Amino acid sequence: MTAVTDSTESDAAVGLPRLLPPPQEKRARQGLEQHLARHGRLPYRDRAGTLIRDIESAGLTGRGGGAFPVHRKLQAVSDAADRYRRTPAVIANGAESEPASDKDATLLWLSPHLVLDGLQLAAEAVGADTAILYTHANRKNDVGARLREAIAQRQERGIDRVPVQLAEAPARFLAGQETALLSHLSGRAAVPTFMPPRITERGLGNAPTLVQNVETLAHLALIARRGPRWFRAVGTEQEPGSMLATVRRLDGQPKISEVPLGIPLLTLTGELRQDGAVLIGGYHGTWVTAGQAQQLTMDNASLAKAQAKVGAGIVITLPSDRCGIVETARVVRYLALESAGQCGPCLNALPRIAAALAEIAGGRFRKGTLEDVDRWSDQVAGRGACHHPDGTTRFVASALRTFAAEVALHKAGRCSAASKKPFLPVPQATARAETDWI
Amino acid sequence: MADKLLVNPIDCKGHAACAELLPEAITLDEWGYPVLDPRPLPPGLERHARAAVSACPTLALRLQRA
Amino acid sequence: MNQLLGKGSHTEIVSGINSSTVMWYASRATGVVALLLLTAVLLLGIGVARDKRLPGLPRFAASGLHRNVSLLATAFVAVHVVTAVADGFVKIPITAAVVPLASSYERFWLGAGAVSFDLMLAAVITSLLRRHLSRKTWRGVHLTAYLCWPVAWFHSVFASKDIQHGPLLAVGIACALAVLAAAMWRVAEAGKDVPRAERVALLMAAAHSRIHSKGSRERTFAQ
Repeated sequence: MTAVTDSTESDAAVGLPRLLPPPQEKRARQGLEQHLARHGRLPYRDRAGTLIRDIESAGLTGRGGGAFPVHRKLQAVSDAADRYRRTPAVIANGAESEPASDKDATLLWLSPHLVLDGLQLAAEAVGADTAILYTHANRKNDVGARLREAIAQRQERGIDRVPVQLAEAPARFLAGQETALLSHLSGRAAVPTFMPPRITERGLGNAPTLVQNVETLAHLALIARRGPRWFRAVGTEQEPGSMLATVRRLDGQPKISEVPLGIPLLTLTGELRQDGAVLIGGYHGTWVTAGQAQQLTMDNASLAKAQAKVGAGIVITLPSDRCGIVETARVVRYLALESAGQCGPCLNALPRIAAALAEIAGGRFRKGTLEDVDRWSDQVAGRGACHHPDGTTRFVASALRTFAAEVALHKAGRCSAASKKPFLPVPQATARAETDWI
Repeated sequence: MADKLLVNPIDCKGHAACAELLPEAITLDEWGYPVLDPRPLPPGLERHARAAVSACPTLALRLQRA
Repeated sequence: MNQLLGKGSHTEIVSGINSSTVMWYASRATGVVALLLLTAVLLLGIGVARDKRLPGLPRFAASGLHRNVSLLATAFVAVHVVTAVADGFVKIPITAAVVPLASSYERFWLGAGAVSFDLMLAAVITSLLRRHLSRKTWRGVHLTAYLCWPVAWFHSVFASKDIQHGPLLAVGIACALAVLAAAMWRVAEAGKDVPRAERVALLMAAAHSRIHSKGSRERTFAQ
C-alpha cells in the first residue's frame, strides 16, 4: 500500500486530511459505515443547479491537471443538456496514467465512497442518467474489486440514484486524456480524437458529457456537505482548497500527501541540496532548480514564475547520485513510445527528440543536436490533436534549462551520476498493437 | 470577421497541397506537414483559402468563421 | 465517322449523318469519350489518394486535374444520356437514365449505365458538398467509384456493339487493363501501410539507428 505522509498537528487544526482517512486510522480503507460516520449522508439537493452555485463560490478547480473551474464545466454540460434536450452523462476519471502519480489510485483505494458521492452529486447537478467510473482496475491494489464492492454496497442501501458502471482503462499514458477516454468508452481504442465540438456539448453517445477527475469529485462531495466557506478555509484566495500530492523523495517511493494549495514547495520536498532539482507536475511537467524551488509555493500563480504548473500534484526530488539528463532521456523515450501515432508532427518529432536526448545522455552528441531538439520542439508546439507533444517538449525544454551544467558535462563525455539505477518510474510495457490500446 | 484555418492533425496525411495553394498562411514542417499561421487570414486570401481547403484529399483542412 | 461509329444494328439502314442520326452518333461519341475520361478520373483519383505527384507538376495539380476531369466526364455522360434519349430511333425513356431496368431497349445493359450514372452523380454531388460532410460520409460514398467504373465499363462494352470489335475494342481493353493495374497497385500500397499502433516503435527504431543522419526526411510517416 502506498504510504500516506504523516499529518502534523497544524494539518489537524485546519481539518486536513479531508479526503484521505484521518491520521489515527491512517492506512484503513474507509468502508461505507466509516464513511457515513465521518461525513454523514449524501446531501442530494433535489434541485438542479444549486450545487453549481456552491461550487462556484468554493472556487473548486479540476485536480486532474488542467485546473479548469469545475462550475464552468458543470454549467456548460447543464446548458448543453437544455439546448439539445439530451440527458447528459457523467464520467469520473480515475485513469491516472502518469506513471509518477499515485494519488487517484490511493484515493480510490482508501476513500472510494467520497468519489462515488461526488459522482452522484455531479450527476444530479447536471441531470445525468449515466454515471461511469473509469480507472486502471489493478495497478497495485485491486482497486477494481474494491470499487465493485463499494458500488454493490451502495446499491443495496439505495444510496445511488444513478447506477454507476465501472470501466477499465488500458495501461497507456494517454488513456486518461478526455477524448481518448471517450473513444475508449465508445468501444474504440483509447486514442485522442480531434475536437471540436467540445465533449461538454457532444460526448458519450453524442450526449453532453461531464468528465471530472476522481479527486475533484471527492472535493465536490465535501463542498456539498460543508459548504464553500469551509472549502476556502485552506489554500490561497485565488486557488482555494486542498489537493492530493504524490511526493517522491530520495527513496523514490510515492507518498501521498493532502496539502493546502499555496504551501511552500519545500514542505513537500524537504531540504534540497544546492545543485538539486525538483520535477513538478509529472512527465508533462517542469524541472526546476533547488534555487527556484525555494521561492515557489504549490499554486499555479507562483509556479508560473518557473514555467511550471500544479498539474496533478506530482513533486519529485532528484537524488544527488542521479543524472537529470539520463532520467529525462529515459522518460522521453517512454513518452515518445506512448504517442498514439496519429498526428504527423508528434509521430515524427517525438522519436527524434527522444533519440537526440539519448545521444546527449550517452555523451555522444554532435554539434547541432541541441539545436535540433529546439527546432523539433518548436515545430510540434500546438500541432497535435491532444497536448502530448506540447507537454513532452515542455518537459524536455525544462530539463535542458535546469540541467544545463550537466549537459555541458556530457558534452565533455562525462556524467555526474554515481548510480545508474533508474529513478523515475517508467512502465516497461509499450504498446505494440492495436489491442494494447483497448 | 476574418476567417481562420484549422487543420485536423489526425486526418492530415501531409499531402501538402494546401501549402502550395496558400503559401501566405501555410508552410510545411520538415516532414511535409502543414504549419498554419496563427494570425487571422489576411483579407483578399479567402478565395485561395477555400481552394486550399477543397484541395485537401483527406478533408483535414477547414475554414472557420472566427 | 460513319465508319467508326455507325456499325450499330440500325445505322446501316441509313446512310450518312442526318437530323435523325446526329443524336445517335453524338450519343455514341460522347459515350466513348466519357469512358476514357472516367478512366482518367479513376487513375488520377488513385494517384491522389496515395499522394503521387504528376511529373513536372505541383502537388495540387493531380487533385485539381482529378476534380476537373471528373466534372468534364460528368458533362460528357450528361450529353451521352440526353442524346440517347432524344434520338427517336429506339425509344429510351428519360427515367432510364437514373432508374435501372426502366428501358425495354437493352434493358440490362442500359440498367448498368443507369447504376453507374447514379453512383457517379453521388460521388460528384458529395464532392461538391464536401466541406459540409464528415470525412467518413464523403469517403464512404467516394469509394463506390471503384464500383462505378466497372459497371460503366460493362455498360460501354455490352450496351452497344461499337466497342466489341476494331480499334474501339482495343481502347476498351486498354482502359480495363489500366484500371486493373492501378487498382492492384493501390491494394499493394495499402498493404504497406504501417498500422497506427506500430508506427511509433518503427520510427523510434529508425531515429535511434540513424542518430547521425542529418537528413530528416529519411523516414517520415504519412499515416
